[in-house]
Amino acid sequence: MKKEEIPQDLGALGKITGEVVYAVDESGKYGTALSNGWEVKSSALEVAWKDVEQRIEAARQKVINKEASPLLFFMEYRVMDIPIVAAYTGFWKWQVKKHMKYSVFEKLSQSKLEKYAVLFEVSVEDLKTMHIHEA
Amino acid sequence: MKLDFKHTQAAHCENGVTTSLLRHHGVNQITEPLAFGIGSGLFYIYIPFMIINNGPAIAFRTQPGLIFKRTCKALGIKVERKKFRSKQEAERILMECLAAGQPVGCQVGVYYLTYFPKEYRFHFNAHNLIVFGKEEDNYLISDPVMEMATSLSSYELERVRFAKGAFAPRGQLYYPKVKQEVTNEQIKKAIKKGIKRNAFLMLHIPGPITGINGIRYTAKKIRQWRDKLGPQKAGSYLAQLVRMQEEIGTGGGGFRFIYGAFLQEAYAYIPLDELADLSRQFTKAGDVWRSAAVQAAGIYKGRIGSQADFNVMSDYLYTVADIEKQAFQALSKIKWPE
Repeated sequence: MKKEEIPQDLGALGKITGEVVYAVDESGKYGTALSNGWEVKSSALEVAWKDVEQRIEAARQKVINKEASPLLFFMEYRVMDIPIVAAYTGFWKWQVKKHMKYSVFEKLSQSKLEKYAVLFEVSVEDLKTMHIHEA
Repeated sequence: MKLDFKHTQAAHCENGVTTSLLRHHGVNQITEPLAFGIGSGLFYIYIPFMIINNGPAIAFRTQPGLIFKRTCKALGIKVERKKFRSKQEAERILMECLAAGQPVGCQVGVYYLTYFPKEYRFHFNAHNLIVFGKEEDNYLISDPVMEMATSLSSYELERVRFAKGAFAPRGQLYYPKVKQEVTNEQIKKAIKKGIKRNAFLMLHIPGPITGINGIRYTAKKIRQWRDKLGPQKAGSYLAQLVRMQEEIGTGGGGFRFIYGAFLQEAYAYIPLDELADLSRQFTKAGDVWRSAAVQAAGIYKGRIGSQADFNVMSDYLYTVADIEKQAFQALSKIKWPE
C-alpha cells in the first residue's frame, strides 16, 4: 500500500482515534501514518451487527412464543454465547442450557435469577419481562 | 502515582505493548516492525470445526502472548508473567509493580472496555494494554490502539482483566524483569531467528489449515460458501473474514505491510539484497489481501454475489498464497553471513 492510498473513510473508531498503518512512500520506503477508517471494514462491522440484531429479534420472538426463556434474548442482546454466560455466572453449561427453557426458567429461584440479572445488567423484574431501559 | 513512561501508538496491540515495554527497559533499537518480525508474528489459521460469533474461526496472528514471549527471549530478556485466581491478589500485585516503578502489560477483554467505541465491543479477550500509574481511583492506561494515553477506574480495569470466555485473561500481567541494553549483534541474531521461525510456521506445519496451506484451504472453502450457506450467510462469513483480516488487533493485509517494514529494517542491520527485495513481495501480498477485502465487501453489501464473484474472491486468496509461499521459501533459503 502506498501512503497516498491509505483510506480515510471516517469510521466508528476513527471518531475516537486514528489507526496506525504501515505504507510505502514514493521511494518504496516504509513508514507509518494514521487512517481514519476504511469503508470496507466498517461495512463488514455493520454486517456483523445486523446479524446480531437478527438473532436478538429471533430470540425475542421465541420468548414470546414460549419456545425459549428470556435468558436467550439477553444472551443475544449482550452478544454472548452459552460458554460465556456459564463462565460469568458460575453455572455449568448444561444448567444454562436448561435455564433457557421457558418452563424451567419460570421456576428458577430468586438467587439464580439474580445472578443472571447481574450479568445482563438488568433488574430481575426486567429480566423476566425482557425489558431494556438503555438506548 | 505516575511512572515515567512514554505512550506510543502501534498498528497492533501486542506489538505495541512489547515495543513500549522493551523500550522502557533500555532496548532502544526496538520498533514495532522489529518486535513483530523477531516474534514471528505473521501467521494464518482457519479452524474449520470451530465457530466464533456465528462465523468461521480465522486468525492472521500467532497465539496471544507469543510475540512478547519470543521477542524477549530472542533478545535474552527474562520475562515475568502471572495469572490470578483472585481479583484482590491481581490488583495487589499490579500495585506492587507500579510502586516498584514497573509499567505492566495486561491482557484484557474488549467487551467492557469503556473507552472503545460500542461497535467494537465484542467478547474478544486477547487485547493488550499497559498500566503505568494510578491517580486516585483511576489507573493510567497506555493502549497501543489509541493515539493518547487514557484511564480506567479500578472497577473497570478489574472487569476487563477478568473477562470470561475464550482466551479468558484471568488477570494476566507481564513485564520484562530487568532493565538491560541489547547490542546490535543480539538484534541481528534475533532477526535471523525470527525470520527462520516465521518461514517454518508458514510453510512447514503439517496439515491443511495453517500457514500457506490454510490460505489455500480457505480459498477452496470460499468457492463452496455460496451454495452451502446461502447468499446471506456466505456474505456474513466473508464479512467476518474481512473483520479478522483488517481490524485492529488482527490485521491480515496490515500485517503483511508490517512484515514488509520489518524486512526493510532488517536490511539496515544485515545488508542482504534479498531482504529488501522480499520486502516488496510482502507489500504485494498485503495489496492483494486488500483487493480481496474489496471484493468481499462487494458481496456482503449485496452489490455483487454470483458464483463467479465468489470465485474471484477465492482466486485472490490463491494468489496471496502463491506470493507468500515464494517469499517465505526465498527467506528460508537466505545464506546468512556469520
